[in-house]
Amino acid sequence: MNIRTEQFKKQAALALKDKTMQEAISRASRRFSQNRTKAFGELPEAEALRTRAHEIKAEAIEHLDATLEEFTASAQKLGIIVHRSADGVDACRYIGDLAQSKGIEMVVKGKSMTTEEIDLNRHLEASGIQVWETDLGEFIIQLAGEGPSHIIAPALHKTQQQVAALFTEKLGVPYYEDPEKLTMVAREFLRDKYFQAGLGISGANFALARTGTIVILENEGNARFSTTFPRVHVAVVGIEKVIPGLRELGVFLKLLARSATGQKSSTYVSLIQGPRRPGELDGPEEMHIVLLDNGRSRIRQDVEMRPSLYCLRCGACLNVCPVYQRIGGHAYGWVYSGPIGSLVTPQFLGIQRAKYLPMASTLCRACAEVCPVRIPLPDLLLTLRRRIVEQHGLPWLERKMMEIWGACQTSPGSYQAAFGLARIGQEFTPGFLPAGVQLPEKNFHRIWKDGQD
Amino acid sequence: MDLNTPSSLTLFIPCLMDSLYPQAAQGLVVLLRKCGFRVEYPEVQTCCGQPAFNQGYFELARKLARRFLDIFEGAECIVCPSGSCTAMVRKHYPELLAAEPVWLEKAQTVGGRLYEASQFLSMFVPTSRIKASFPGKVTYHDSCHSSRSLGIYQEPRALLAQVKGLELVEMADSKACCGFGGLFSRRFPEVSQAIADEKVKQILATGAQWVVGNDPGCLMNIQGGLNRVKSPIKVKHLVEILNSRS
Repeated sequence: MNIRTEQFKKQAALALKDKTMQEAISRASRRFSQNRTKAFGELPEAEALRTRAHEIKAEAIEHLDATLEEFTASAQKLGIIVHRSADGVDACRYIGDLAQSKGIEMVVKGKSMTTEEIDLNRHLEASGIQVWETDLGEFIIQLAGEGPSHIIAPALHKTQQQVAALFTEKLGVPYYEDPEKLTMVAREFLRDKYFQAGLGISGANFALARTGTIVILENEGNARFSTTFPRVHVAVVGIEKVIPGLRELGVFLKLLARSATGQKSSTYVSLIQGPRRPGELDGPEEMHIVLLDNGRSRIRQDVEMRPSLYCLRCGACLNVCPVYQRIGGHAYGWVYSGPIGSLVTPQFLGIQRAKYLPMASTLCRACAEVCPVRIPLPDLLLTLRRRIVEQHGLPWLERKMMEIWGACQTSPGSYQAAFGLARIGQEFTPGFLPAGVQLPEKNFHRIWKDGQD
Repeated sequence: MDLNTPSSLTLFIPCLMDSLYPQAAQGLVVLLRKCGFRVEYPEVQTCCGQPAFNQGYFELARKLARRFLDIFEGAECIVCPSGSCTAMVRKHYPELLAAEPVWLEKAQTVGGRLYEASQFLSMFVPTSRIKASFPGKVTYHDSCHSSRSLGIYQEPRALLAQVKGLELVEMADSKACCGFGGLFSRRFPEVSQAIADEKVKQILATGAQWVVGNDPGCLMNIQGGLNRVKSPIKVKHLVEILNSRS
């Protein structure tokens, strides 16, 4: 996916002109968030669980080196080949080489934001390997040649009419608007790919250190199919996904689906523990786990920003964000969008490449209210803003204006003078205040003073 | 009145309130005096520094925070007609000044004596003393910082329920952001307006004649949104309603 984070402002303004997209995003995100509210309402221990989830993540990431070592040893004991990748380039190369060494020409994939992050599909395709996304939403955006517009619902921005037209164009099927019919088209098309693919690639929602298990939550069964049918399975797992074990997993299983879609549980929860063992009927012959760093260790060492790594990628913060609801995910210019995108993208890509993302929040705190692991998103966005200012990352004129404004606040005389100037300014500067709003003749300061005299 | 009720109040009138809604601020003075309080207003006060803080200019925000604390340090009880600026002082001053023990302590002391107006009235004034009447249909906007930072939700509604002739109609998602976000609205005006348009849609759906809130920033932004669609609906600050006599 091309990185276009620098053009956030332009892209946001453009997105606002696409009324169909806005309508689709707004409707879907509202539905998700209403479902979440309802599901949390039925879980009396929800608030305590959120606190516990935060603690578990904090602890695991505090001791990440040890946790990862334990996970690696446990996974190896299960016969899984574990590879550590410092960055996306290495991870892509490892997977590409693996496929080529085995003569694999086709790959099926379960939904994974981490593989989006490292642009894995493009890399594999460049080496002549056919890649098929099997999650319906991912399949749709793959056909459309787009990136995900939402963390859990990548095709959220598309209406069913648009999907119908896309399927007709790309798959040569008649125009069906019925979502069920469309799903059947995708299902039939993909079925054959599972049988042909030599490699199945997935992400993971959790990796359990004690047992070497990876855990995948999904609703369509496609991830289970992709990880069990092809003869090789590779899971690409961000190093921040490691938690101690099954007991801790219970906390997250209660929170994750509820936060994401408002379901009590995802339809499929797969706990995968290695390749097929002798005598077993299914499962891959070979299983690899690529533990991906790609900047995560750097974020971990940055103690102020470390809670950014606690994210479960549930998408709840997107669904309640007034900015995301209006502009959708593509405007953010990279794979992660919404409040969590504004937070992690500048850290992954460098603050200079994405300096307007941390600014793209009204600080309304709706995200902090729903985050299942209690990431203080608005506070961390403020920290990033502070760093941008400290690095003089903002235009000279803006810095000057802020300085002048600040100077006006240091004495009542200059404060009063600024009010007078603003009153004159509003006459000549359209958009100085919102439409039809006018500064009065006297401010309260003046009225009070007059009353005292 | 209970024993802890303060006798003398110091007003913190945030800059947007001061410049945009002076009549509402005046209404607050009248209302508090009517309830038997002595009201003081330190004329040296300016902005609390929130615009600088929210844009990441922490050094400047710190400077204004120290200035604010010097001015309000001696106050017995401070009342502020803005949830957002109350949250700035109460929640963010201690964060800003965490590394300066003397200032941190001052921030905690002053923060502990600072009340958002509807909170203050609910805590220290028997509702029977607020004899307001305002015939009309109103809807209440919960500003982000009042509701999510300060947990204010019931207070303004309980106060509005005492107003004769007033009918409160709830809008959908009353806690949804209006899109103002301070300088956010200058940096991303199109996005800010699009968010405000959504708020306006919910307001129009209630059939209310007035939108009431307790944050001047939101009121200004919502009024702009209403004006853009040529709606006759007007915004009112909560304290203005509570000081109304028909």
